[in-house]
Amino acid sequence: MIAVIWVCAAMLSVAAFLVLTRMATGPTMLNRVVAMDVLIAIVVAGLGLEAALNRHATTLPILVVLSLVGFVGSVSVARFAAHDDKGENT
Amino acid sequence: MNIADVVSAACLLAGCTLSLIAAIGLVRFPDLFSRMHAGTKPQVLGLLLVLVGVGLRLRDWTDIGMLLAVAMFQLLTAPVAAHMIGRAAYQGGAVRQDTLLVDELTSALEADDPGQSGRT
Repeated sequence: MIAVIWVCAAMLSVAAFLVLTRMATGPTMLNRVVAMDVLIAIVVAGLGLEAALNRHATTLPILVVLSLVGFVGSVSVARFAAHDDKGENT
Repeated sequence: MNIADVVSAACLLAGCTLSLIAAIGLVRFPDLFSRMHAGTKPQVLGLLLVLVGVGLRLRDWTDIGMLLAVAMFQLLTAPVAAHMIGRAAYQGGAVRQDTLLVDELTSALEADDPGQSGRT
């Protein structure tokens, strides 16, 4: 079990790094929002991994909050802050 | 280590693999819509697999209820967020026409109000 969890943690770390690369390079705000959604999913997966390793449930409320807050963040950016993207086409 | 632990480990491994694959796709795909396609994999299936893995490992009904709440919120909110992002991208003109196979929205908008160029 511990070996599997470590392999999973390594994969999640690489994934988070790649997503952060996309978030840094952009090129538009909406690309960063998509990357942020994926990063939130990765963070939720990482917290769940830690809960599964140590068999505790202290971090489970954080998962609920993260899945809701990520939604509010991406929707508000897509609705209100994406209008400076005009003209860029990737 | 019983059978539930083995299934849990398999689910966790599959979910994390999906996250990694999606991150690679997010870096390598050329435009916003294909990146959204890659990004939905860990958001729905990957996250559900990880939650199933955690639930099989914890085996407590209170925790499983909370995990179900996470899964339900994610399934409810991910399509809405993706729809808002896709709509904002289309209206902002961030759509690459050469990578689209089918574009029903432009013709629908033009049929809806003729004389406009579509992106209203």
